[in-house]
Amino acid sequence: MTITSTYKGIFIAALLLPAQSLLADEFTGADLKRWKQQYMEVVDEGSKLFHGGLGNENTVSCDQCHPNASNTHPETYPKFQQQLGKVAVLSEMINWCIKNPLKADPLPLDSARMTALQAYITEERRNVPLAPGKH
Amino acid sequence: MNRKNHFNRREFLKRGSALIAAGWLPLSLVEVAFGKTQAESFTFAYISDSHLTHIKGNNFVRNWDRGLTRAIAEANLLTPRPDFILYGGDIAQLGTPEEIDHGLDLLGALRGDVHYVMGEHDYYLDLGEHWRKRIGPDHYSFDHKGVHFVVLNSILTHDDWIHKKWDSPMHRMKEMARLDNPQGSPFLVGDPQREWLRKDLEKISKDTPLVVVSHSPLQKIYKGWNFWTDDAEQIQAMLKPFDKVTVLYGHVHQIQYNQIDNISFHSVMATAWPWPYPSTFAQEASYMPKLTVEINRADPFFERDGTGWQFINMHTGDVDVHDALPDNRNRVVAFDEKKGHPVDARYQAEANRIPPMKHF
Repeated sequence: MTITSTYKGIFIAALLLPAQSLLADEFTGADLKRWKQQYMEVVDEGSKLFHGGLGNENTVSCDQCHPNASNTHPETYPKFQQQLGKVAVLSEMINWCIKNPLKADPLPLDSARMTALQAYITEERRNVPLAPGKH
Repeated sequence: MNRKNHFNRREFLKRGSALIAAGWLPLSLVEVAFGKTQAESFTFAYISDSHLTHIKGNNFVRNWDRGLTRAIAEANLLTPRPDFILYGGDIAQLGTPEEIDHGLDLLGALRGDVHYVMGEHDYYLDLGEHWRKRIGPDHYSFDHKGVHFVVLNSILTHDDWIHKKWDSPMHRMKEMARLDNPQGSPFLVGDPQREWLRKDLEKISKDTPLVVVSHSPLQKIYKGWNFWTDDAEQIQAMLKPFDKVTVLYGHVHQIQYNQIDNISFHSVMATAWPWPYPSTFAQEASYMPKLTVEINRADPFFERDGTGWQFINMHTGDVDVHDALPDNRNRVVAFDEKKGHPVDARYQAEANRIPPMKHF
């Protein structure tokens, strides 16, 4: 797209505005606290789902094989999942586990429950460097 | 994963146990393992941690049933027969009579006498009542061909935790069943049983090979998952005067081995599912014995991978443990008299290890 000289002028003028009017995303300690709390609520919900809260009939739960979500290594996704024959993201592997050992229907990838499971799994793996593709 | 070298089931069954002793072990280990003592050599099988899970009616989780059924079928094909079978605990997932009875039904197909160990999943619903009714005492000793065997119930815990105000016995069971539960409680052998052990060992001469069997490790590895027994050091001190001591335990669903002074430690595999090594939980430190060469990371797409059972060769007081691993290469960990500790027959040297053994 070409930008006309008029628009260019407005754009440059905008850059020259006083600094405080650019700080649209300023936030406070109270905001940080609230966001952390919102996040931890979802992590806690994920922990409940992970520890038997999915309601699957055979009662097998994620933590039976993955205490503290260990051996899920979310930092390695996306990676080539050799058994699926393609590059997969973590949520696809979560659904594989839900379908197979847990014998339940997979979760929609954008569902609140899938988000919560990923939040819990990733929180338990915090501070581990990203290593996409790692085996 | 290194699948092309897999020791498959058919190959395993074809070999039979005479060849297992000769064919699985480097010859040098067999030779040095025979000591000066007069005790006879013999073999036994070890099956553990089946976690049979009742769904409803006569429906149980198929995967865990298959693990136990397979171990029983394979152990039944050992020829010559092992002298007996040890069952290492956690027959049940939630300790219900349905689960324990179902397990004993399946285990009834085993050819040979079975000695049972109590696991926490068998205990915390009714404090072991149904298990003891069906099986017998939870701690006992016996002598076999010159070796003194002691079976302990190592999964007890503090009375104030056991008798908390639980909603129900099942509430208590589920709290203990969750491995990573921060509200759990550490395992204990406890004072009365340690006193029983002291008296039991009083009668035994110090040159008698001793095998102590428990569900949880009588060594401290990682408290967060109860890979731990709180009074482990006190038990170790009681075993210290003996020349040759081996401690065998279940609970951890993975290969572990260690040597602490005169005591060799070996874990056994679960027939149900494998557990990650504690080092894979990034938030806490753990104390995995440096000696242990870890088993390959399990491939979840093969449901028996990382599970298995053991064939144990008792060479006059020292053991070599043969892990039969259905979807993985079998492992042999044998006492090396020169080194004075257990050694993996294939992977002990750093340079011999393969990529899937690196856990992260």
